[in-house]
Amino acid sequence: MREAAIIGYTQSAQRRYAGAANESELIMPVVREVMQSVGVSQKDIDFTCSGSCDYFQGAAFAFVEGLNAVATAPPIRESHVEMDAAWALYECLLKIWSGEADLCLVYGFSKSSPGELRSVLTLQLDPYYQVPLWPDAISLAALQARAMLDAGIISERDMAEVVARSRRAALANPKAQLSGESSVEELLAQPGFVSPLRRHDCAPITDGASALLVASAETARRLCARPAWIRGIDHRMETGMLGARDLTRSPSARYAGARAGVSAGAVDVAELHAPFSHQEIILRRELGLADGVSINPSGGALAGNVMMAAGLDRFGHVATRIMQGEAGRGVAHATSGACLQQNLVAVLEA
Amino acid sequence: MGNRVAVVGIGQTKHKSKHKDVSIAGLVRQAAERALEDAGCTWKDIDALILGKAPDMFEGVVMPELYLTDALGGNGKPVLRVHTAGSVGGSTAVVAANYVQSGAFRRVLTVSFEKQSESNATWALSPRMPFVPHVNAGAGGFFAPYMRLYMERYGVPAHIGCMVAVKDRLNALKNPYAHLQIPDISLEMVQQSPMLWEPIRFLESCPSSDGACALVLADEQHAARSPNPPAWILGTSTRADGSMYAGKDNIHPASLIACAKDVYSKAGITDPRRQIDVAELYVPFSWYEPMYLETLGLCGEGEGWKLVESGVTALDGDVPINASGGVLSSNPIGASGMLRFGEAALQVRGMAGAHQVEGARLAIGHAFGGAHSYYAMWAVSADKP
Amino acid sequence: MSETREPITGIEVPINLQFKFTAGKALTRFLTSIREGRIVGQRCPGCNNVYVPPRGMCAACGIPTEEEVSVSDEGVIESFTVVHIPIPGNPIKPPFVAANILLDGTDMACLHRVSEVDNAKVHVGMRVKARWKPREEWDYTFENIAWFRPVEGS
Repeated sequence: MREAAIIGYTQSAQRRYAGAANESELIMPVVREVMQSVGVSQKDIDFTCSGSCDYFQGAAFAFVEGLNAVATAPPIRESHVEMDAAWALYECLLKIWSGEADLCLVYGFSKSSPGELRSVLTLQLDPYYQVPLWPDAISLAALQARAMLDAGIISERDMAEVVARSRRAALANPKAQLSGESSVEELLAQPGFVSPLRRHDCAPITDGASALLVASAETARRLCARPAWIRGIDHRMETGMLGARDLTRSPSARYAGARAGVSAGAVDVAELHAPFSHQEIILRRELGLADGVSINPSGGALAGNVMMAAGLDRFGHVATRIMQGEAGRGVAHATSGACLQQNLVAVLEA
Repeated sequence: MGNRVAVVGIGQTKHKSKHKDVSIAGLVRQAAERALEDAGCTWKDIDALILGKAPDMFEGVVMPELYLTDALGGNGKPVLRVHTAGSVGGSTAVVAANYVQSGAFRRVLTVSFEKQSESNATWALSPRMPFVPHVNAGAGGFFAPYMRLYMERYGVPAHIGCMVAVKDRLNALKNPYAHLQIPDISLEMVQQSPMLWEPIRFLESCPSSDGACALVLADEQHAARSPNPPAWILGTSTRADGSMYAGKDNIHPASLIACAKDVYSKAGITDPRRQIDVAELYVPFSWYEPMYLETLGLCGEGEGWKLVESGVTALDGDVPINASGGVLSSNPIGASGMLRFGEAALQVRGMAGAHQVEGARLAIGHAFGGAHSYYAMWAVSADKP
Repeated sequence: MSETREPITGIEVPINLQFKFTAGKALTRFLTSIREGRIVGQRCPGCNNVYVPPRGMCAACGIPTEEEVSVSDEGVIESFTVVHIPIPGNPIKPPFVAANILLDGTDMACLHRVSEVDNAKVHVGMRVKARWKPREEWDYTFENIAWFRPVEGS
């Protein structure tokens, strides 16, 4: 298989409400900036792939508007996944591996602010048996956290430690929506939200967009001094029936991590797409990440969670650290569905 | 371009207005099981699942791969979900082909569907926006002015669209899966059907259907072992441009011209009219057939309607278009593009049954979406490239 | 449990979601202007084309459009259709004309209705002018223009 590397990444400021800007207006600046960062324009791009979800915007075919943000005359080779843009990156890799493209543009975006995100996500469930009960996304995550607490795998203090570390790390990320110094005690003193979750255990609702460039080996070397090579990547799905899963585990993340080769070397940094604090702990365990690994130095999804871009952002942040020489080997992870139903894991190296 | 890949299994459901006999999961599983059976393999032989679907709002299920993975054997496997508007069935098959071409996957299952009867699709398509006057009733209202332009520019007589409508419904009578079965279809019947959006009449429009389509794609080694003849994929392509921009040609869209050129070059097609034995084109309104014939280089500009009129595109013509009955006879939107791709493959495998085009060796599948902005195509052959 | 029952072939699950759409910066300017009875478009700095309604970008060039241009409420019919079926939730009685109208000073047609003329006499190339609703009915909508009507002598 042909080699591929990430050579550029840009993220918009993460905000609770992007104001008057529509989706195209959110996308255009990041697409332009990432292309400028490596000195290419749309005519140099062989394939463009985006990730978004119509339902967050409340309009069918909403991604079509998004395409207005890139130059399309002459027409471009393009695709779109109704998933996190990390899977759009995967589609780009398929194009590179099969020799159909050398330089690909990926972007992910959403404005979750116009709608009722918690209820929209309910519609991801079985429409006949689960949706009529209207379990919302946070309640489902709370079931998972409860299962872990009851099994004695984690404590509420462990969850608070994840939050404290993430918010503190986000102080160094100017794009982060939430950041700050809070002690574990302060966090544990906060009131409950959806028991056992407190508000800070849940990722915020965020508007924004991100763009990333991925290239075949020769193109990557030509355009980037220190590309972030994708050494292994795999993604796996689990059943949609929550009752059929052991929610304290994530066999799909474990298997994808093994296939991606996470354990083949020391990991400097890992960006894990964990929209809830307890999910980071599951992922660390399943991926076998040692205590010394720097987890979510960007602040992670708890510091800013653009739906359909937050997984791609994990790739972008790991790649940026490698491109800037701050890390040699890193793990990027993206998730989809309720309670970590689907997981994508990659190993990036200098 | 990557490893060789072939279509070794094709499955579809009967297409109809309301599939009350099955859930959404039951619908897709029916198509998938038929594709697996054709391919002579079982669920565990499948390395990855690629799902295609037009807007989630048509069923009210967000990112339905998360729910449908159980029905489609996706658990423990890589699952990807594509959405490129109406072209999605085609572009999903293209992505599935890339899986095998990459060398990392041996056999993949790709599935697309629509079960519009489970939701209110008209509602899903009609959010009122203050900057667009609320004057269009459905997709046909948007496309009709361009058909008028085509007719006026090239002096096309009004009965051409009706002829396409008759031809596709006659073909549908030979396809047991087709939704519309109108045994007494005639030019008069189409001409007397109600006008919807001039020049488009009711019988010149596609129905809305519940239905699904599934394909199994395999690498060279597994294609050789499959029980039925493989359809070799010679080339795939997708192209897109913005919905609306100054100077956009909505009669011969630049994105389709580029898409066709790319596929032809990969497939070694230099004389499409002579080399292509049969084509399955995404024709939701009859007028698109003559327009596509021109854009796809099967004839010169302004000549497409003459091919229709002289019967070239009929089942016994020299370039049959939509031998299956096409989108005009069955339109499960998310699956409509994959049905075109799958029907093209059926033809070169010699497995199209009553609508088989005798001796078909090279076929084109084509899908269209958005405002003349999203196109996907592939060329398939009975002969290994 | 031996009694036979009709199979359940469906259940109703009402979905009620509210969304607050964002017009975007460019369309906000357009809607603010049309509330005052003016049509404002934007010129693309790349290809120089003027768009109405403006979308804040040119989909051909993929670049932001910022320069605002006031355009005429008169133009020419690029093409049209006569719609013979009612639009759900819309009081317009069919048959009516929906047209792509190229306003003077713009480079891409916009969609609107044509009226005050026999539908059979509408033709490609016909010059038309906006029929504004009474000022007191103006709001943030392109429908402040009730329809376009033929220009005298056209």
